[in-house]
Parts: sequence; structure tokens; C-alpha cells
Amino acid sequence: MNWELIFGQIKWTSFVFAGMIENPSLSEAIASGAGSIAVLGALATVILLTVKGWWVPLWRDWLTSVDHKKVGIMYIAIALVMFARAVIEAALMRAQQLSATDGGGFLSADHFGQLFSTHGTIMIFFVAMPFITGLMNYVMPLQIGARDVSFPLLNAISLMLTMAGAIVIMVSLVVGQFSTGGWSAYPPFTGIEFSPGEGVDYWIWAVSLGSIGSTLTGLNFAVTIYKKRCPGMTLFRMPLFTWTTLCTSILMIFAMAPLTAATVMLALDRYAGFHFFTNGDGGNMMNYANLFWLFGHPEVYILILPAFGVWSEVVATFSSKRIYGYTSLVYATMCIAVLSFAVWLHHFFTMGQSANVNAIFGIATMIIGVPTGVKVYDWLLTMVGGRIRFSTAMLYHINFLLTFILGGMTGVLLANPGVDFQVHNTLFLVAHFHNMIIPGVLFGMFAAVQFWFPKVFGFRLHEGLGRASFWCFAPGFLLAFFPLYWLGMMGATRRTYMWSNPDYLPWLALAMLGAVLILAGFALMVTQIVVSVRQRAQLAAPLGDPWDGRALEWSIPSPPPAWNFAVLPQVTSQDPFYEAKKAGTAYRSPASYEDIEVPRNTATAPLIGLFACAWAFGLVWHIWWLVIVSFVLIWAVVIARSFATDTEETVPAATVKAANEAFLAAARAAPGVTRDQEMTSANRGRAIPEALEGRSGTIASGAPVEALS
Amino acid sequence: MSLSERLHPGINLAGTDPESHEAAEEVLFGFWIFLMSDLVLFAVLFATYAAMSVQGIAEGPRPAEVFDLTAAFVETLLLLFSSFAFGFAMLEMKYRENRRGVLLWLLLTGVLGAAFVGMELHDYYVMITQHAAPPQASGFLSAYYLLTGTHALHVSSGLVWMAIMAVQVAVVGFSTPVKLRLMRLALFWHMLDVVWIGIFTFVYLFGVAS
Amino acid sequence: MPGSQGGSVTLRGIVGLLAAAVPKIALPKIALPAIALLAIALPGAGFAGSFLEPAGPIAAGQLSHFGVISMLMLIVIVPMFVALPIVLYRYRRGGKGTYRPDWEFNWGLELLIWGVPVALVVALGTALWRQTIVGDPYRALGPDPLVVEVVALDWKFLFLYPEQGVATLDLLALPEGRPITLKLTSGTVMQSFIIPRLAGQIYAMAGMQTQLNLLADETGDFTGRNTQYNGLGFATQSFTTRVMSADDFEGWVATAKTQQAGLDAAAYARLLPPAVVNEPVIYARFTPGLFDQIIASFAPGMAGGHAGHGPQAGADTPAAITAPATSHQQHDHTPEAAQ
Repeated sequence: MNWELIFGQIKWTSFVFAGMIENPSLSEAIASGAGSIAVLGALATVILLTVKGWWVPLWRDWLTSVDHKKVGIMYIAIALVMFARAVIEAALMRAQQLSATDGGGFLSADHFGQLFSTHGTIMIFFVAMPFITGLMNYVMPLQIGARDVSFPLLNAISLMLTMAGAIVIMVSLVVGQFSTGGWSAYPPFTGIEFSPGEGVDYWIWAVSLGSIGSTLTGLNFAVTIYKKRCPGMTLFRMPLFTWTTLCTSILMIFAMAPLTAATVMLALDRYAGFHFFTNGDGGNMMNYANLFWLFGHPEVYILILPAFGVWSEVVATFSSKRIYGYTSLVYATMCIAVLSFAVWLHHFFTMGQSANVNAIFGIATMIIGVPTGVKVYDWLLTMVGGRIRFSTAMLYHINFLLTFILGGMTGVLLANPGVDFQVHNTLFLVAHFHNMIIPGVLFGMFAAVQFWFPKVFGFRLHEGLGRASFWCFAPGFLLAFFPLYWLGMMGATRRTYMWSNPDYLPWLALAMLGAVLILAGFALMVTQIVVSVRQRAQLAAPLGDPWDGRALEWSIPSPPPAWNFAVLPQVTSQDPFYEAKKAGTAYRSPASYEDIEVPRNTATAPLIGLFACAWAFGLVWHIWWLVIVSFVLIWAVVIARSFATDTEETVPAATVKAANEAFLAAARAAPGVTRDQEMTSANRGRAIPEALEGRSGTIASGAPVEALS
Repeated sequence: MSLSERLHPGINLAGTDPESHEAAEEVLFGFWIFLMSDLVLFAVLFATYAAMSVQGIAEGPRPAEVFDLTAAFVETLLLLFSSFAFGFAMLEMKYRENRRGVLLWLLLTGVLGAAFVGMELHDYYVMITQHAAPPQASGFLSAYYLLTGTHALHVSSGLVWMAIMAVQVAVVGFSTPVKLRLMRLALFWHMLDVVWIGIFTFVYLFGVAS
Repeated sequence: MPGSQGGSVTLRGIVGLLAAAVPKIALPKIALPAIALLAIALPGAGFAGSFLEPAGPIAAGQLSHFGVISMLMLIVIVPMFVALPIVLYRYRRGGKGTYRPDWEFNWGLELLIWGVPVALVVALGTALWRQTIVGDPYRALGPDPLVVEVVALDWKFLFLYPEQGVATLDLLALPEGRPITLKLTSGTVMQSFIIPRLAGQIYAMAGMQTQLNLLADETGDFTGRNTQYNGLGFATQSFTTRVMSADDFEGWVATAKTQQAGLDAAAYARLLPPAVVNEPVIYARFTPGLFDQIIASFAPGMAGGHAGHGPQAGADTPAAITAPATSHQQHDHTPEAAQ
């Protein structure tokens, strides 16, 4: 038999452990260790699933599910797993830079190159994207009073494609090398001439899978918001998180296509000898830069807008007050979404365009700062006249306002071509985008987890550990990244595994300290989740409204039933649930119930994901039979599915009624808690609205927080 | 509801079926959005072609040296007539629910579409063998093959889809999902016309004229 | 070049940054001492490789622009840092602020939060436009510039001096006070060329030519480097820019011409394999038109020449494609034409 016919270009030396055997060094040992962790992690999962007998529930209740809530949870699970890998990679890189002056250190240049490439690729495509997508998946349909997204199966397929991409990138830890071209993979360096081998191909196919998944997600969410809002939920009554979801979805629809085109062209260059971005023969890498950033800049807003939505929800809820300037925030969000397509050139001011072109794009970039600034001040004004509770989510918000505005300042600096000429490609730039993405997006997602966790699982997260985690994350971020601004101004370039300037050392040490704090914060966050699960009886809030919430998602039980709303709500204002609580009309039994149709679980999506994963792996290693077989199988599944007719099942009205009436009775019977008891075990999820309580009496200052246990 | 209201353009499943209009709205709207995203992809490919057909010639042939306008014109006619035939298939579906009629028109659409793809493959063959113009020859040709190839790939997948729909019409008949799928296929097919008109004008006519 | 001057340099850098901004805007009185304090607190840091200590008008302009923009941005940043703690304290649960749960809009405030950023962007945009035009890397800084052709290679830079007829590897010798025009291209992947103390960066791309104009008004050795990742040797891809007085420069050229080595097409071909250069190399002569041949080897249609340096017909490289040197084509191979 012909080895290459069966295994393509895989050789035994492709496995990461071979490097350790052939050429032992610390760098190789770390690579092998990471590979081992990936393998052992997978093995441990398999063993756990087998021992516990969880395979069947996993398949039946999760992987085959098309329920937007479960899809959302799985997205976030992917994000957290991938975050663990990418944050450790970041710490390794910092440690390397700190320990290396003039050639020291423990990582080889090549290993370092792979680390910054996987770190960036994973953080953007397999942490931030799944995190926001999962959150939008879970929350948005609940906020608009819908029973699911418009295309539940498509939603599950998006998830499985993203998961396939994530698996491909995890496989690269064990089999073969990853690209060293960074997350933006600029050719011609990533072309076949300068980067032979499988590394760039891993990047291309992992990113392509994620990109297709995101396009479908955007389409799905946009249609959902346009078509599935409950009666009375006009556009200008939608919660702001839903608005930002809409803007992000529109951006996904338009922005992912250029990325797909760019990755396909790069693939054609590499696999078939085309000349899109090659040196010579009419290829031109400047086209790649344009295509990539035509995606890449809107991508920044794809990530940040849902986080903005989270901040709007968090600040209004924990200030017990209406959002200030709702309309203003909506228009600002839309302005940002539209303008985000008009600034991509600022990623390459240094490519030699005329000064006029640079100036126009620089000014366009600054103009985005206007709606962003408006939003920041709207959030500040939301707190004015409120009663602010310093919950973990709110702490993240306060931290966000202060640090994000500094990131905005450096962003405006970078929008100036003259400044960009100096600090482009330096750690100043690295500090800037981490300054936007960490306090903005990542902490936004962390705040969202703190905020919506009780909705998803029916119990609150341990507040003390949440704050402890915050107090590691927030200063950790400042320490890890503010020194990088200074280092960048001193001329330290990005993607550099060692410098020879000893003056950098103290700053690198500070950054390392920050990285350690961030790791500690992550460890505490994991601890928080574990502890909360174990104490779920004390932390339970099944009645659905632990924070005195405002939008529709808080009006239903926690966790919500498969059908979300027993009867589709009728909305007459913004903040419908809050208004209902104030008017005393919340928790009323509906006049009648009807049968509800929910989609059946189906193996379609996981099968497509599985074959897509095999397809990508085959492409990376030139295993052509696998490519053909899995491609045919993907479409066979799709076609087979189109012949299925029995795709929905009916939940009888009696079942819905029994469940809902039980919930409503429990909610009405519950005494309800004031905000003083919010963080105590008295909080079962039935809130006495602050506005009602406030009129009748005074408030004790300082809410008690349960002790760390 | 008056007849004219029930027969509003666009998403008529049938003359007397207001319930399924509602069902149609979401999927068809979703498909329009998908088409929009697909058009963004084509826009990107057009833009790439626009740049590469000027700056990416290198030592390869120029557009005017490799394009056969006659073939492109015939291809245009084939594709437009196939859309025309699809229009009749949809009318048969809406007003007569006539399986035989729909299948015959679909067959005609498919044959014309397949002829289009066949001719395009022949064009490629001629370019590669007679003009030494494979996609590897220059950036311009890479962009040309990618743009027209993506379109041809869309047409081909449309043909596969059409075959499956023919089976479903024959086996299942005109259930609401089948009708909705046919309507989406029609939208898809017409969009490919629009894209092709762009290609014909922008790639072939401009290419030969310049 | 590790800086050893210590804290005083740090202070100079930061105060320089501020001083650059002071003439243009009224600096808040508290800002100066605050930042000076910060500067003293900073550990010793040398700016030998940084625009914080500019050695020419371009870098100085960039530094002062950095200061101007930073100061202007304080207009939106300071209010947040002042107002947020006050709001948090006053409106905390149990605080003294009046609870107004339904307050959601005020036209005055609305005008303020939209108006101030708009006005600020007008100011920032004006400053940006002016600085971008003045600091345009393509704008010549005076008559009779010294032209140096730069070829980015893995992992080194080749400098060709058409006027002097000498060439160097990883050493850029420049005369003080004379405008310099660097013309850049790449013989390999895209790179980004920078000499921070003199001017900002510009990409060097194969088959294309970009330009960087600069002027040095101080003598000394300044580090220059590539900032765009291009493989294993990236971290060490730096070179020395040696600025000397006009007379010294003449002397340097004369010495260079006495060197043994010359650079012809074959010698250039030997430079192409990726390698780090430990010691600068000086070539007494090079094949005229080499720069254009390198561009032409990637983009034959775009080979143009600046006056006097047209491609040499019959030269023995595959790059030697004859192409007419017309002004139109000269324009064609700048990236702008390809945008």
C-alpha cells in the first residue's frame, strides 16, 4: 500500500512528540507537554464520559439539540476551553520575553512564532467569537419573547462548524506545526514559497470553518430579530443587548465574506499554484491586506458591540434605573456598525498610499470615536439618579469605563498616520487592541456570565469568589498591558521572541506579573464555578429574577423551559418586565394555553461538524480520499435531511400549563427580596422592585455578601 | 382578504393559502439575506478581478487575447433562457400545482444550465490548451478563474439542488416545504443570472474592449 | 544600543513629549508636575532606539503630534475620571443622590455628549490632516536629496547609493543636514522599515517601490529595523544608521570605494538565502540599475526607472527585462497606483 495515498503528508515525525525524541530541548518539551495535555485531556474526557455513562445524555440532550439555549451554552463551553489554552500561551510568551535578552529564554524562535499565531487566532476566532455568539444565542431570543431562533438547525450547524474549527486547531498541537504568520497570516510570508508545510493550512481551514459558521449565525440572528419578535416588541422597545446583537449580525453577514474569499485565495495560491498574493507573476499581497481588514475591522465591532449590549443591561439593572439615552445608544450603535466598514485602511497606513488617502481614513477612524464616546457617557449618565450596587458584574463595568476610555485614547493616537508610522507593529499596538478587547469584550463576557448565569442554570454564582476573580483580572490586565504601551514607544516590536535592550526588562517583568494575576483570576473564576455548583442549593434562584431585571428573560423560570415562553408575551413598552413588576401585573396567569411545536433533536448538525472536521484535516495533510469522502458525506447529510418530514414535536397545552402555573404559583407565593438581600441565600429569584421599595422606606447601606467558603 | 392581497408579489405559495404565506416569510427573508451575503462574496471577487486584471497581468496574456465573446454571449443566452424556463416552472407550481409541468420546465432549466456549465468548461479548456492561459499563468488569470469558477460552482450546485427538488416534487408532491425550497432555488437561480450579467459585462465586454 | 543614560533620559523623553505639545495648546497646569513625577518614578530607560528622542524633523514632528493628540484627548478622558467616582459615591445604594428610576433623557446633556466629541474630532481631524500632509513619507524635504535604495532581504537590509556608486549591507551611512530619499523594495516577503529616531515606518514589498524621506539633524548611531515578522531571524533584523557630518560622509564614501568586494547580480543572488548578518558589509561598487532589476524580477511590467538608473539591457540576471522608463510607469509601481 502507498503510505502517501492513505496518510497524505503525515509522517511519524509530524507528531509533536517526535521533535522531543529527535531533538530534546526545553522548547520541544513544552510543545510535547502541550500536545500531551491535549491528548490526555481528550482521553480523560472520554474516560469520564464512559465511567459516568454520560455518552448517551451528551449525544441525546446536547450534541443533537437544536435548542438555542443549549447551543448557546455549548458555544460558551468551547470559548472557555479555548481560552484556557490561549491564555497559557500568552503567559508562556511573556515568560519567554522576560527570560530572553540577547538569545536566552526557553522557547525556540519557531515555537514562539507558532505561539503568537495560535494565541491570536484562538482568541479571536475560538474564544471571542464563540463567547459572543453563545451569549447572543442564549439571551437574544429570550429578550424578544421568541421560542427559538428562526432557523434552529442552521444554528446548530453553525455551532458544529465552529467546534470543528476549534478541534482542527487543537489537533495542530499534536500533529504537525501551526503557522507562524500571526493571526492575520499576511502573505507572501504565508505563501507556499516562504511557509511550506502544513502550518498555514491549519490556519486557513480552521479559520474558514469558523468564518462560515459565523456567516450563518449572522444571517440566522438577523432574521430572528426581524421576524420573531413577540407582539408589541417594536424595534425601539427592544433591549439594547438585542440591538447590539442585530448590529453584530448585520456585520457578520457582510464582513465574513471577504475573509472567506481571502482564505480561499490564499489556499488556491498554496495548493494550486495560483497567483493572488505571491511575489511575482502578477500576485499582489496588498490585495490580501485589503480583503483581510475589510473583514478584520468590522470584526473588531462584531466582538465589541455585543459586549456594549451587555454593559447597557448590566449598568441599568445594577443602578436600578432606566438606561439613559436609549435612542441615542441605538443610533450610536448603528453609526458604529456602518462606519466600521469605512476604516479598514488604518491597519496599513504604512503601505505607501498617498497622504490624502491616509488622512481620510484616519479621520474616518476618529469619527467612530464619537458614537463610542457617546455610549460611554450614556452609561455614566445611566448611573446618575440610580442606586448603584457593586456586584461583580458592575465592578467589571466600572473597570470597563475607566480602561476602555484610555484604550480609546490610544486608538485615536493610532488613527493618526504620523503616530502610527512610529508605533505600528510595536507593542504599543498590541497594548491598544488588548486594551479594547480585554476590558471591553472579554470582561464584558465575564460580566455577562455573572449576570445571566442564574438565568441559565437556576442558581447564582458565588459572589465573593467572583469579586476575588475580578480583583485579580482587573489589576492583572493593567499590569500586563500598560507597560506594553511604554515598551512600544521605546521601540519594542511585536511578535519578537527576544530583545537585546536591557531597559525593557523591568517593564516586561511588570507585564509578566500582570499575566500571572490574569492566570490567577482565571483560576479563581473556575473555582467560582465549581464552588457555585457545589453550593447550588444555597445559591438557587429558580424563580427567575435574582437581580430585579428589566427585560423579558427575567420573567420566566430559571432555567427556562424548552419552549421559553408558555404564552408569547404582549409588550407595551421598553423594559417590559420591569414595568409589569411596577404595575403589579407580573406573574399573572394567562387566559389560555396552546400546544407548542418545538423542533426535534437531530443528528444532522453533529454529523456535518464531524465530516467538516475530517474534511479540513484531510485538506491540511493532503489526504485526498478523506477530503472527497467527507465532502460528499457533508452534502449527503444535508440532502438526506431535506427528505425528513417529521422534524417537530408538539408539547401539549396541558403540559405547558402545568409547568407554567406551578412556576407562577411559586413566584406569587414567594415573599420576594429587597436588594439588600440580593447576595444572600434568601434570594430565590423573586425581586421586590427597587422603585417600589424605595418609596416606602429607607435603605440600609452596603449589601451583605456571603463569606468566602 | 381580496384576491390582489392574497396574490401579493414575491412570496405567493398559492392563490388561497394565507397561512403558508406567513410560513414563507421567514425562510424566504432568510434566503434573501443569504443571497446578500453571497453577493458580498461575489463583490469581493469582482473587486479582486478589477485590480488583478489591470495589475496582475505580469507576463501572461491580456484579457482581450484570451476571451471568446461569442461563446460568452451564447452562455449568457443559455443562462437567461434557463431562468425564463424556471419562471414557467414556478408559474406551473403556483397556479396549477402540476407535477408534470413543473418537472418538464425544471428539466429544460437543468438542461440549459448544464449546457452553460459545459460551455464554460469548454472555454477553460480552450484557454488552457490554445492560449496557454491556465490560472497559474498570472494574477489576472487566477482572479478570472476564481470569479467565473465560483459562479460556475454556484450554477453546478444549483443543478444538483434542482435534481433533488425534481425528486422531491415527484415523490412528495407540492407540500409547503417543497414549494418553499423551489421558491428559494428560483431566487438563487435568478441571482446567478444577475451575477453572470455582471461577469459578462465587466469581464468579457470590458476585457475585449480594452 | 542599550541606553545607559538612566533616569535623566527618561525625564527628557517625557518632558520633551510634553514640551512639544505645549506651544500648541494650553496645558492643564497640573499635568506637567504629575507627568514629571511619573517620569522620575520610571526605571532607567534609554531611547536610543525610540522616537521619544528624535534626531530629525520628521520624528520630532511625529513626537509632537503624539503630544498634541494626547493632550486634546484629555478633554474627553478627564471628565470620566472625575465624574465616575463622584457618581459612584453619590448614587451608590444608600448614598445621598436622589433616586430617579425613570430619568432617561436630557437635551442639554445630549447635546453636550454628542457636541463635545464632534467638536473634538473636528480639532483632532484638522491636526491629523495637517500632520499627515506635512509628515507624508513621500514628500521630499528639500532640493537635491541623497537617494539611497533599500532592498529588504531575509533578515538584513541592502543599501544602494546610486549617486556614490557604493553599497552596504546592514549599515546605512547618512550625511547630517542633507535631505534623504529612501526608495524601498523587497527581495523577499513584505517587511516594514523603520529608523525610529529619524522617521516612521514604511513597508517594503517585492515588485513595488515605496519611499521614505527623512532628514537627520544630529550625528550618531541610530538603530533601524524591520518590524514586520518574517521568520526565525526577525528578532535580530536590525541595522545601524550612522549619521555623520557632510565631510565625514565624503570620507566614508571614499573609504568605501577602496573596499575589495563589489556587488553584482551573482553576489546579490548569494544574499537571497535567509540569514542574519552579524557584521555590516561594504561594497565598493554595484551593478548600476540593480534596484530596478530587483523590482523587475517580480513585476516586469512595472519596471520603471528614475532618471539615470534605467534597467541595464543585457545584464546577466533573469531580472534584466528591458522596460521603457517612462514617467507613467514610474508612477505605476508605487503601491498607491495599485490601491
